[in-house]
Amino acid sequence: MSVLLDFEKPIAELEGKVKELRLLMDGSDLDLAEEVQRLEARAAKLLSQTYAKLTPWQKTQVARHPDRPHFGDYVAALIADFTPLAGDRSFGEDTALMGGIGRFRGRSVMVLGHEKGRETEDRVRHNFGMARPEGYRKAVRLMRLAERFGLPVLSFIDTPGAHPGVRAEERGQAEAIARSIETCLDLRVPIIATVIGEGGSGGAIALATADRVLMLEHAIYSVISPEGCAAILWRNAEKAAEAAGALKLTAQDLLDLGLIDEIVPEPLGGAHRAGATTTARVGEAIARHLRELEERDGGELRAARRRKYLAMGSENAA
Amino acid sequence: MNWLTNYVRPRIRALVERNKVEVPENLWNQCPACERMIFHRDLEANQRVCPHCNHHMRVGPGYRFRSLFGEDGYEPLAMPKAPVDPLKFRDLKRYTDRLKEAQTRTKAQDALEAAAGMLGEMPVVCAVMNFAFMGGSMGAAVGEGFVSAAREAIRRRAAFVAFTASGGARMQEGAVSLMQMARTTVAVQELREAGLPYIVVLTDPTTGGVTASFAMLGDIHIAEPGAVIGFAGTRVIEQTIREKLPEGFQRAEYLLEHGMVDMVVHRFELRNVLERVIGILLRSRVEYAEPESDPAPELAEEPAEPVTELREAADD
Repeated sequence: MSVLLDFEKPIAELEGKVKELRLLMDGSDLDLAEEVQRLEARAAKLLSQTYAKLTPWQKTQVARHPDRPHFGDYVAALIADFTPLAGDRSFGEDTALMGGIGRFRGRSVMVLGHEKGRETEDRVRHNFGMARPEGYRKAVRLMRLAERFGLPVLSFIDTPGAHPGVRAEERGQAEAIARSIETCLDLRVPIIATVIGEGGSGGAIALATADRVLMLEHAIYSVISPEGCAAILWRNAEKAAEAAGALKLTAQDLLDLGLIDEIVPEPLGGAHRAGATTTARVGEAIARHLRELEERDGGELRAARRRKYLAMGSENAA
Repeated sequence: MNWLTNYVRPRIRALVERNKVEVPENLWNQCPACERMIFHRDLEANQRVCPHCNHHMRVGPGYRFRSLFGEDGYEPLAMPKAPVDPLKFRDLKRYTDRLKEAQTRTKAQDALEAAAGMLGEMPVVCAVMNFAFMGGSMGAAVGEGFVSAAREAIRRRAAFVAFTASGGARMQEGAVSLMQMARTTVAVQELREAGLPYIVVLTDPTTGGVTASFAMLGDIHIAEPGAVIGFAGTRVIEQTIREKLPEGFQRAEYLLEHGMVDMVVHRFELRNVLERVIGILLRSRVEYAEPESDPAPELAEEPAEPVTELREAADD
């Protein structure tokens, strides 16, 4: 594991010991099998205990873990013949928000999502998954393209938020996000969003206003980062852990609030320990929802999607 | 030097401070922009625009309704109930306590109020955000208010005018507040499909989730001079990006220059501009006065005089 979260350290220590013992066993006649087994069991137990009761702040760290599967991993695992498409046709290309066409289990689809990047250089190139107006405008263009050819839209949400910068403001960051939300609500094709890591505020909902919103077990989805919230309401960014709890940003909270449709369970110890299992599970969940949505007429889909969002925060629906 | 610091300086300060106290707060207002003093009656007569520097001060829903429809010319719309404190949120204070405080201070239920009235001959429903109420932040109540006001406009076949003033989504309602971005957008789509004009008047300040949803989806965008309008707050941009902010950044005039608003309109002109714009959009053909006195076709096509009934309405 390249990045170790604080609360994972005791687990890593046990796993380290197991490794050492194994090495010892290899080079000698010592029979440590029992000890190894005992330690492995302890590590596994500790791992499951830790992950069964992660605090909202710990989940925030897991959701941001750099080894979690990213947009690119989902595309590689789930989409055949993926063909990336670039540019908003009016200003530029934004690699923080990727998109393209391909086939999901044989079905032609449009795929959209934030890409945070992995290595330092890569992360900078993808602007840490913080999209600029041209990213959202590309998303609008691709969603319209999808609609014309009857392709369902699959979106993958993983962003700290929309890029806050001078040029982004100049080019209408707010307007670009608003149009993207509007387009999501206007589509006559199915749209399924999956929050795979961090669902950061307006930058996230721009792609996550969908017929079905799925969330990975340890993903988060919030109106503001816990750090930002703490800085404003507690006047102290170090109260982020407290803010994370108050914001109710976990998948379990959002399901309880009726704001998402399904939680996709992560492998034991989080998606960053078993990327392939995670992407496969997400694929299963998407396939199940897509089968159901594809049965429905486009106009009906759109009407139902609007009803769904109109009800969020309404007295009658709550 | 002790004598100077211990004796002379406090006495001078006392003298200066006594002068300060002599300005009664209820008679004089200080302009937050140029810091000059304005006699309250002058400020009212000037529609709360600083007579010295033209700074447009923030005004609330009641003020907007009165200036748009006249003192008794509007019907306040009842705001539907919305779920209160869905998260049971608590920071240094309980959210419910913050809400109560804001309600007591502003005498309003939440940060959005709406009213219906006539603008000239045209029925108009107007929703106004109140920055004094928790920074005009958008939670379920604001979302609910916006949706119900827009639907009232559809029911009355009225134009819909939204005055925005907001710090963004209301953090204390978490993702519920985030969803209001999508929810209010549905209301905009319903207006559009009903063929009714949706005019946004962006006032100081309009930022965050409100800008990134219904505030930027108007058929026509009007901004008040000097209003701060943007997505990210200036502090956030400075801190996270370490970019130097250009002069006039995120001001109404800057947005005009960058193509985000149609016009920047002085408060004195606002009512007339709204009436004209809504009139042109809602009434596709009007009979101009005195058509037979000058039958020349080129003059008939480009009339200099607006229709009488509109002119009369604008005079009150």
